[in-house]
Amino acid sequence: MTERHRVAGTSAPRVDGIAKVTGAARYAIDLSVPGMAHVIVVRSTRAHARIKRIERDAAAASPGVLRVITGDDLLAAGLTPYYGHVVADHPVVAIGKVRYHGEPVVLVVAESRREAAEAADLVEIEYEELPSVTDASEALAPGAPILHEERGARVGDEGMDGGEAGLAGNVCSFAQVEWGDVDEAFKRAPVVVEGEYRFPMLYGYAMEPYNALAFFDQGDLVVYSSAQHVYMVRRDLARMFGLTLARVRVIAPYVGGGYGTKSYTKVEGMAAMAAYFTGRPVKLDCSVEEAMLTTRSDSAFIRARSAFTRDGMLLARDFEIVMNSGAYTDNSPLVNQKAANRCFGPYKIPALRVRSTSTFTNTVPASSLRGFGAPQGNIAGELQMDEAALRLGIDAVELRLRNILGPGEELLPGKRGLDADLKEDLRSLASSLGWPGAGPGSVGLGVSASDAGAYPTSTAAVRIHSDGSVTLFTGSTELGQGSRTVLSQVAAEELGLTLENVAIVGGDTGVVTYERTTGASRTTTVTGRAVQEACKDARRRVRELAAQVFGVPVASVEDTVAGVRVNGQELGYGAVIERWFGVGGEVLGHGAVRKADGFARMPPFWEIGCSGVRLTVDRETGVVEIEKLATVGDVGFAINPALVHGQDAGASMMGLGAALHEELIYEGEQLVNSNVVDYRVPRFSDLPKDVDLILAERRDGAGPYGAKGSGEGASNTIGGAVASAIGRAIGVFPHQLPATPERVWRLMRSAEAATKHRG
Amino acid sequence: MGRREIKVRLNGTDRRLEVEDQVLLIELVRSLGLVGTKLSCDTEVCGACTVLLDGRPVSSCTTLAIEADGRTVETIEGLADGTRLHPLQQAFIDRFAFQCGYCTPGMIMAAKALLDERPDPDAAAVRHWMEGNLCRCTGYQTIVEAVLDAADPARRLP
Repeated sequence: MTERHRVAGTSAPRVDGIAKVTGAARYAIDLSVPGMAHVIVVRSTRAHARIKRIERDAAAASPGVLRVITGDDLLAAGLTPYYGHVVADHPVVAIGKVRYHGEPVVLVVAESRREAAEAADLVEIEYEELPSVTDASEALAPGAPILHEERGARVGDEGMDGGEAGLAGNVCSFAQVEWGDVDEAFKRAPVVVEGEYRFPMLYGYAMEPYNALAFFDQGDLVVYSSAQHVYMVRRDLARMFGLTLARVRVIAPYVGGGYGTKSYTKVEGMAAMAAYFTGRPVKLDCSVEEAMLTTRSDSAFIRARSAFTRDGMLLARDFEIVMNSGAYTDNSPLVNQKAANRCFGPYKIPALRVRSTSTFTNTVPASSLRGFGAPQGNIAGELQMDEAALRLGIDAVELRLRNILGPGEELLPGKRGLDADLKEDLRSLASSLGWPGAGPGSVGLGVSASDAGAYPTSTAAVRIHSDGSVTLFTGSTELGQGSRTVLSQVAAEELGLTLENVAIVGGDTGVVTYERTTGASRTTTVTGRAVQEACKDARRRVRELAAQVFGVPVASVEDTVAGVRVNGQELGYGAVIERWFGVGGEVLGHGAVRKADGFARMPPFWEIGCSGVRLTVDRETGVVEIEKLATVGDVGFAINPALVHGQDAGASMMGLGAALHEELIYEGEQLVNSNVVDYRVPRFSDLPKDVDLILAERRDGAGPYGAKGSGEGASNTIGGAVASAIGRAIGVFPHQLPATPERVWRLMRSAEAATKHRG
Repeated sequence: MGRREIKVRLNGTDRRLEVEDQVLLIELVRSLGLVGTKLSCDTEVCGACTVLLDGRPVSSCTTLAIEADGRTVETIEGLADGTRLHPLQQAFIDRFAFQCGYCTPGMIMAAKALLDERPDPDAAAVRHWMEGNLCRCTGYQTIVEAVLDAADPARRLP
């Protein structure tokens, strides 16, 4: 029987709505404090070089300058100037050598931003150039220049660090998934498709660039920043300054877009170091160009082959992935592992081999971006389903349905069974898109199931006040996804209150309860459960107080919708609290979830990707126009359907950007399109005429009321879907994204040439 | 560096402000505490910094403050009438036409200029007009719906 809800399951208006439409919402970039100084970062003009000498006297003497800080200063002060949540190899500013063009080298702190910028121009850095490598395959070749002669210290975090040993050369991380006799299966297979696929380097372009404001308060470090994971940043900063966790406070107010790009430490260390050396509050605001030199996503080169029986059953798959991970480790080991786990798709595969190598290169460090690893691998895995369907003469949806895993079936050995009905999802997607298509429009679609990388450590607290209203505390950061609204809905539902009676405080490690991260689509599922636990705990406390007030056994006190029944009387929470305290007072409930009970088996949920497009290709220009976009949000239960639609619409549009336009381009050692003019993101004119956002609610998730995460799935499959639809339109499948007009045009010409040649 | 006094009608109030010649309009309004106007691309592409200068949308990141001399400037902070939201603001809330909200002030100001000039646009006109405003979160559809709603109260959700 389906539970009945009052607040959960409704598209309640966003709790941050008024602040965001009136300009009142404050982001870290908007903050200032009295006496605040400003830091400008001097960046490397070399891709790989030893720092021979830094001439800073002229800068230091420039008007308004407070301090010019180098990597040597950090070491001399006895600080730990490296960070990283898997391997602490990322220096706050370059130490000894630079590893990419654009890497921070010197911090210039001055009274004003303009004075800091003018002084920064006076800093001279003398380099001894080293051979560099920007291509991942070249970086793995014998004799390639080595970025890290010595490896950074591994952090040893169970949820992040696979504990890899013996990594050599430029291998940042290696992941492997393997079962069955792959070689034998390919030898015997009647049909084999194979190919090479490329997925581009991307920039998430969260519109608020990275920024931080740092100061020391009686020796405690306080940092306001645009961070997604305030608790992860707290740990990095505590390690840098040798402070306990209690002495570091990281606060993320509203955050102007995240999408994974603001996961983990970015510029917080630089701002904190500047504050440490000047004794002043210091603000660091990146320009968008600097933000593009801070983090990007891993690009991927994939060799893949898939073996089928004549009736379209998968026999084996074999993937070799090389990821270009840039100059430092950051999140690439996780992205790499996820790429390996997600490339082969939610299919029954008797024999599988995946090897994925994350590679250091002299480029901007790669880290998380929406779906990390999934879009990269999905294009290879899903396009091969389409290519095989064509070869076998089987409908591509039918081919997927024959192989797809059912609910409860195992995708990865020992992991949670599939908590979704992908067959039904795929059928509704195909039907929405009018599969197999008719007329000039060409249809492409894809599926994926991603093991949410959400280590389920989460807590929440709820205070019930003496008037019966509540304040909810969460360590989850509001990035725009609507977590404050959804978590408020969960609290209102659990405590029988209206949303107006629930206030929420988030994103401040000095105030709110611990939350491991705000990523991997975890908040609704994992944090939502912690909120439920906190509400249960608060209700338990209220029952105890009521029992004491009336002198009855606790067991005789019953819960009502928003209070208790005791001695035949119904009392609201507030009345119980006031009677117990005499005047005023409150009740505090705490909730915790961990890798146990409902979350004992990882992943906490499978994030489903099921999206597709109908498009046309202009045969003269190669321009692709998306006519229709459809997504299936298989979220178990939509606590706020409008917010789920928002995630699916946003994720799929972001995916369309990568599919058609977005690509960071290196020419030689330099990133040549580090601005939003040359790096083209989707605009209003790219919005398809027809968008169908379908919800699949089967209450099969481990989150509150059967909910599961959303926000990445739709983008994971859209690149492959676009390539697949283009392939159907022009007769040859693009193996490289983005499918720019030039690339599509060239494919058409080569296909024509091949036809003529054959003719 | 020259300084001069400019006269600006800012969100309905006449102000005399002393500014340096090279100061940008976005720097000026933000220095006055009007930080709803956001800086992002800094190259006149994203529209996050959109304000209205004599009713026309401009990128305040590439407009000098002195260009506002003798003119009216409207920012997001001037839009609501006390606690009564402008129809565009209400429509953005009703349609979930924002997520992170960083582009929203610029988005709403650009839309206001459209509705002031053309009170009854169709979806194609909205898309065309708003081409200079980027949003990375929503995928745009809900924004188009919100602008159409604000233009035609009859369209609004119950």
